[in-house]
Order: sequence, then structure tokens, then C-alpha cells
Amino acid sequence: MNDTAAVDEQEPIEVCLLAGKIMLQSGAETYRVEDTMTRIAKALGLAGSHSYVTPTGIMFQSDDMRWAKLIRIVERTTDLQKVAAVNDVSRKLSSRDVTAAEARALLMDIDTSRHAYPVGLQIAAAAISSGCFTLMFRGSLFDFLPGVVCGGLGFLAFILLHRLVKVKFFAEFSASFLIGIVASVLVMAGIGKELDKIIIGSVMPLVPGLLITNAVRDLMAGHLVSGLSRGAEAFLTAFAIGAGIAFVFTIL
Amino acid sequence: MNLVLHFITSFIASAAFGILFNAPKRTLLQCGFSGMLGWAAYILLGYRLDTIYATVASTIIVGVVSQIFARTYKKPVIIFSVSGIIPLVPGGMAYDAMRNFVEKEYNTAIQLAAQAFLISGSIAIGLVLSEVLNQIIRKIRMPRPKKVRAK
Repeated sequence: MNDTAAVDEQEPIEVCLLAGKIMLQSGAETYRVEDTMTRIAKALGLAGSHSYVTPTGIMFQSDDMRWAKLIRIVERTTDLQKVAAVNDVSRKLSSRDVTAAEARALLMDIDTSRHAYPVGLQIAAAAISSGCFTLMFRGSLFDFLPGVVCGGLGFLAFILLHRLVKVKFFAEFSASFLIGIVASVLVMAGIGKELDKIIIGSVMPLVPGLLITNAVRDLMAGHLVSGLSRGAEAFLTAFAIGAGIAFVFTIL
Repeated sequence: MNLVLHFITSFIASAAFGILFNAPKRTLLQCGFSGMLGWAAYILLGYRLDTIYATVASTIIVGVVSQIFARTYKKPVIIFSVSGIIPLVPGGMAYDAMRNFVEKEYNTAIQLAAQAFLISGSIAIGLVLSEVLNQIIRKIRMPRPKKVRAK
């Protein structure tokens, strides 16, 4: 009986941490994560909770009497579906439509759910958006097709390599290297005119544009640690991509 | 003709990025639409204004449109704003800066990096401004009953 009481006490904290973890892993900004956790805590009756969120871990304390809990975040992607789903759960909790146990089950489901679009569709989307970006950056119409080809191949290489080796830097480097090679070969073969435009368009799906912006937003909101570390992550990615392309130019 | 091409490509690019970011299926069109509006504003303002001002103005537009979408479809704002700002984000510039660094063209590289940083800062400013605008409008429209009670 003592055991069940302890579990009951732990449940609201677990729900808060799980929600925070999913949101942070799905690319929500730091202040949004903290806001959601505080709101859930309030709805579950945890008074005076504190959360400290950084891109690599979350610390959460419900009140003075209980221990603080820590959760480690290893991988971060952008997954808007999950952000929306957690938001729904938090809303339902606030309006008392679900209990803590139900919310926990819902969050578990969200946590294990996979990407809603098949990999083939994702690669197609990356390819088409690369072609479009080539045109938007004032490339000529001849550059559209090479942009599509390079963007698709690059993204495919990125996904495959990232599955194979868990080092993101390496996957990004090799993907952009492949993009550079294919783009140069296509331009040499007379398909496509402006190499620069093609390359910039096709690396867009890999480029950390969103990370940079989120880093600045975090800094502005006063989350200095998160902002700086997200900036470092963005810098590393940009460095990997730039190095991959530069490598191609030194070879040729 | 050129402008129409820009509209179409930016719509497709933003919607496609919605797929990459796993946005819910029913919101993809709206994602594309907010990206298109942002890019159209950026291109049209870019003729007259400096890049940074154009970026701030078009991000505010993206932010406001995303807030409206968020309220109509009951989804968090981030879904629409993330896909909307993708065309504006200086990813190409960040990459260009890095390429110059690696090629030992340090002067060009620093210039580009500073510009990329300023542009991403102005995107953040634009998003924050649109949020503030939204809060002000909401507060003016419906004064909270709590405040009256406090008085």
C-alpha cells in the first residue's frame, strides 16, 4: 500500500518531465517547454514547481519537500506533430478532461510515435524544395532539375548515413560532399548553369537555419545557456556543410 | 511572370519543409501559404528597403498570419511560423560564410557571417514583435475580469 502511494505521488512529476522531454526533442523553444511544464504542473496540483531546461537536459522540482528530477536529452530533431500533440494533452489537463494517468499514457504514445510521412515522401519533399530554393535564389530555370537531383540525393545520403553512424557531423559532411560532387558533374555535363545557386538550393534541407533563429530567440528570452548551446550546434552543422562543399572544390 | 514563379516556388518549398518537419497533414497548405506570404513581402520590400528591414517586416507578417491560423485551427503557433520563416532564414548565407572560411577567404567569410547573424536576429525580432502585437490586441479586446476584481 505504501508503494502505490509513492507511485501516485510520482505520477504528476513523471507526466511533466515526459511532456518536457518530448517537446524539447521535437525542437520547441526553451521558453515554450518551460511554459508547458509549469502549466501541466499547475493543472496536476504541484505548487511552486521549477524547471530548468537546456538543450541537453531538463531539471524539474515540484516543491521544496521532494527531490529534483533530471532527464537527459540526447537527440533533437524538428517534429511539429509531436509539439502539437503534447500541446493538446496539456490543454486537456488544464481543462481537467484527462487524469494524470491517462495523460501519461497519451504522452507515452506520442513519444513512441514515428514520423507521419514515409521516408520516400520526405526525400521527394527535400528534392522538390531544393529545386524551388534554387529558383528562389535567382537561379535560372535550367538549374531547377539539377537542384532537385542534388537535393534529393543529398538528403537520402544524410538519412542513410545518419542511421549507419550516429555522428551527425559526419553525415552532414558526407551529404554535402556528395551534393558538391553531383552538382559539379551535372554542370560540367551541361545540365544546369550556375553551380553556386544549385549547391545553395540543394543544401537548404540540411542547413541549420531554424536552429540559428531559435538560438537567437532563446537568447532574447533570457535563456542564455540554451541560446549559446543551440548556437554552437548550428555553427557545427554549418561548418560540416561548408567543409563538405569546400572539400569538393579543393579536389576539382 | 518572375513574381508568379517566386510565389509558386516559395509555396511549394514551405509546404515541403512542413513535410520534413512532420507538420500535421491538415496544416501543410497553411504552412505553404504563410511561407509564400513571407517570401512575397520579402521580395517586394527588398526592392526598396535594406535586407534587414525587409526581413523584420516580412517576419512580422508571417508571425501575424501564423497567429491567425493557430487560433482558427487550434494548433500551436510554432507549426505555422516555423515553415513560414524557412524561406527567410539565412541558411544559404551561413553556408556561404562557412565555405569562405574553409577556403581561407576570411574577410568575405566574416562579412557574410555577421550578416547571417544579423538577419537571424531580425527574424527573431520579427517573431517576438508579432507575438507582442498579438498579446496587446488580445488584452485590448477582452479586458480580464480578474483585473476588475482586483480594483
